[in-house]
Amino acid sequence: MIGADLTTALPEIVLALFAMVMLMVGVYGGKDKLAEPILYATAALMVMLALYSGTQSLEAQTAFNGTYLKDGFAQFAKMLILVSAAVVLVMGKSVMVETGLLKFEYPILIALSVVGMMLMVSAGDLIVLYMGLELQSLALYVVATMNRDSTRSTEAGLKYFILGALASGLLLYGASLTYGYAGTTIFAGILSTISENGMSVGLLMGLAFMLAGLAFKVSAVPFHMWTPDVYEGAPTPVTAFFATAPKVAAMALIARLVHDAFGTVPGDWSQIVALLAAASMFVGAIAAIGQRDIKRLMAYSSISHMGFALVGLAAGTAQGVQGMLVYMAIYVTMNIGVFAFILTMRRDGQAVTDISELNQLSKAEPLRALALLVLMFSLAGVPPLVGFFGKFYVLWAAVDAGLTWLAVVGVIASVIGAFYYLRIVFYMYFGADSEPLDTVRAPVQATLLVASAAIMVLGVINLFGIDGMAALAADALVR
Amino acid sequence: MLNLLSIITFTPAVAAAILAIFLRGDDAAAQNNAKWVALVATLATFAASLILLFGFDRADTGFQFVEEHDWILGLTYKMGVDGISVLFVMLTTFLMPITIAACWNVTHRVKDYMIAFLLLETLMIGVFTALDMVLFYLFFEAGLIPMFLIIGIWGGKERIYAAFKFFLYTFLGSVLMLVAMIAMYVDAGTTDIPTLLNHQFSTETFSLAGWQVIGGMQSLLWLAFFASFAVKMPMWPVHTWLPDAHVQAPTAGSVVLAAVLLKMGGYGFLRFSLPMFPVASDIFAPLVLWLSAIAIVYTSLVALMQTDMKKLIAYSSVAHMGFVTMGIFAANQQGVDGAIFQMISHGFISGALFLGVGVIYDRMHTREISAYGGLVNRMPVYAAVFLLFTMANVGLPGTSGFVGEFLTFMAVFQVNTWVAFFAASGVILSAAYALWLYRRVVMGELIKASLKGISDMDRREKAMMAPLVAATLILGIYPAFITDIIGPSVSALVDGHAVALQAHEAANQLAQN
Repeated sequence: MIGADLTTALPEIVLALFAMVMLMVGVYGGKDKLAEPILYATAALMVMLALYSGTQSLEAQTAFNGTYLKDGFAQFAKMLILVSAAVVLVMGKSVMVETGLLKFEYPILIALSVVGMMLMVSAGDLIVLYMGLELQSLALYVVATMNRDSTRSTEAGLKYFILGALASGLLLYGASLTYGYAGTTIFAGILSTISENGMSVGLLMGLAFMLAGLAFKVSAVPFHMWTPDVYEGAPTPVTAFFATAPKVAAMALIARLVHDAFGTVPGDWSQIVALLAAASMFVGAIAAIGQRDIKRLMAYSSISHMGFALVGLAAGTAQGVQGMLVYMAIYVTMNIGVFAFILTMRRDGQAVTDISELNQLSKAEPLRALALLVLMFSLAGVPPLVGFFGKFYVLWAAVDAGLTWLAVVGVIASVIGAFYYLRIVFYMYFGADSEPLDTVRAPVQATLLVASAAIMVLGVINLFGIDGMAALAADALVR
Repeated sequence: MLNLLSIITFTPAVAAAILAIFLRGDDAAAQNNAKWVALVATLATFAASLILLFGFDRADTGFQFVEEHDWILGLTYKMGVDGISVLFVMLTTFLMPITIAACWNVTHRVKDYMIAFLLLETLMIGVFTALDMVLFYLFFEAGLIPMFLIIGIWGGKERIYAAFKFFLYTFLGSVLMLVAMIAMYVDAGTTDIPTLLNHQFSTETFSLAGWQVIGGMQSLLWLAFFASFAVKMPMWPVHTWLPDAHVQAPTAGSVVLAAVLLKMGGYGFLRFSLPMFPVASDIFAPLVLWLSAIAIVYTSLVALMQTDMKKLIAYSSVAHMGFVTMGIFAANQQGVDGAIFQMISHGFISGALFLGVGVIYDRMHTREISAYGGLVNRMPVYAAVFLLFTMANVGLPGTSGFVGEFLTFMAVFQVNTWVAFFAASGVILSAAYALWLYRRVVMGELIKASLKGISDMDRREKAMMAPLVAATLILGIYPAFITDIIGPSVSALVDGHAVALQAHEAANQLAQN
């Protein structure tokens, strides 16, 4: 049976082995001279693994005695994680080189964290869940401090580490409570215990602690404090990574946990998730108004967006999971575009992040400004841009599940949030006349920026079929 | 012509794409090309919409020229027009070439300006042709983006405040409508407007956080839609975004805003609120009637004291929209006929008035009333045209303004005499502010030195005004042009409304016995 188990978990194994081999190659080979080839090789491997995952059958399989699950849901999430990680790696390369931060460890650490994420979405057991989460987090703590000489970067890393360790503690405590009361760590076992004996107080406490720990990873309010500082302090390519793949993984993990282990008692967790969602949408929208730094602003924006994705989960239905997956796919695409832009913000050769630097960008560089305008309106959720459909899906799921109040809270938060997205448009198009930003020749970033904006416009036709794929994935999870 | 409506809707967008992709440079030649492409595209759209008008079967009260394709998530791409919407499509396509002509003197980012207007036209037509609720919402909301940019980039001094206020105000109104639409989708299982028109939404009273919601779900849905359409109309007291937006918008932007964008609110009431939530409409009708009466009197008084011409016309628009809401919620044949007539005619009149302000603004670069006086001495043609539209704004018989006001009065008199009484006093006030404006700007001796060299309207400006003059007079003299087209659809709407109310009454009676 072990052979079949290994085949089922093939993508993780390949990527983990690859990371270790590359580590050896890097250490005994040319060190940082090899960083660039390793980075491209990592990205290429990730794309290949994404294709491999995409061509696998959607039939649900388990491995290692039910601790590892492979189903349509895991495949969808893995494809999203792998592709976005690969794109962000390539996108940030030139900036990492410029700032002298492209060490050979960088792509390897990213690869290891992606292995962790893949384990997270495939977890069928509390121990695998914890292992994947920690592998992912530890690798991310290190990349956050990539810029060792900058106090900000090290501060960001340390903050992230301490608060992350606290969250892991909460999660572990919750997992141990759950284990104690359910007598098993396997999700399917927890599920059958609950359906036989009902939900005990201990299990409820365990669930609440685990959700708190996971809420930290998706930076849902009130566990969001680390996000703005880490986003601001970490090198921008790393921030771009933080904003995309790990969020998908953590969100998928929450969905996995609540549906696979606690699927029979949606009433117990949907309240918690709904409160997290409402708080995140509001705090994210209101706190961003005062921000001048575009990276901090995107941090609050991501908090608010995570709130919307949680609205889908709070519904507790297959529709809700589908909405969440569609939302995350759209969110990742928009964030890649926005960070592709932030990576090219330069004045006199120096990277800048203040939003007033965008003054009158539309005159100097109409195309870049137009693309960012489209992305901003899409982030704000204004139709006909695709960002609207993400919101439509999760709101629909919420109303269908009887959470109309949450939908109303969500749309009001989205109006407040629209203000700061519009402010970026305001600087670019109506701002005071001043020296525009440098014209940077950055073909990779420019392509990604324009492609992301084009997807936001053209997606109105059929969302590129992502909703159908998400529906299959959601059906695999919610039976 | 199976997809005539799609052609009409998307021709301007295609032209915008062509401009965006192929037009390069910012010299005079490129600017001219942009303007001509935009003009030709809007004229072509108008020509296509004429085919629609002539092919339209007046006797049929259902939806015509229907197109349907599957879309995402069980939504459909469905287009179609009935007697109510076809004239709004015509109004839009008729006014857009005039609007483009009105921005002929713009020199700042001309290409972007034209693209914004072309996209806006597509989105406006889409609102009136969409037969899927979410598709409607898509067009309805998306129109905010180009308008935000038009005010923000090409507007006056306080444009940024105005643009933000416009966007956030209307956005807040519409998101509640989105939630209501989703609730309707969940309840009825479809977003198809013709099906929803025949769907009964529950009217059972339930309690929400200790409040007894009379009219049940219908009332909540009605209120959510009302939040959106009342802001868009705009109705008192949520009208405050309009004067800011109008004053700061460039002339062409004001024309589109007053002539078409405001009508989306009225169209929404007719398409959603009245037929889909008849019981709730009946419950809230007194509220709407009184808000309308207050709007008519209050904003007329405010208009009286304005020193800025555009602001004055903006307030007068709010007052005139008060007649529209009054007519719609009187919910009888004259009322709805009159409301639609008033919207169409206000489209021509307010558009022409803003163009008229634009004509002298282009020459003097001020909109202050006190900066003018005695223009009749130097600008006789302008004085005559402005007089016609001033009179039409007041509602002089023989102009289209009269018909709409008269019909809505008749309608509301049958329903609520006091509201009719107050609204009628608003008419006197409207005569006061409009004639006083005319007196101060056009009449008298020309004594201001700065005005000595002012020239009369040139050929472009005359060409812009001529169709509007013709439309205002023709509709004033022969209103049957419009009432013939809308009549059957409106009577179906009104009858359906009455039947639904009777059924509700009967059910109530039965429950009581």
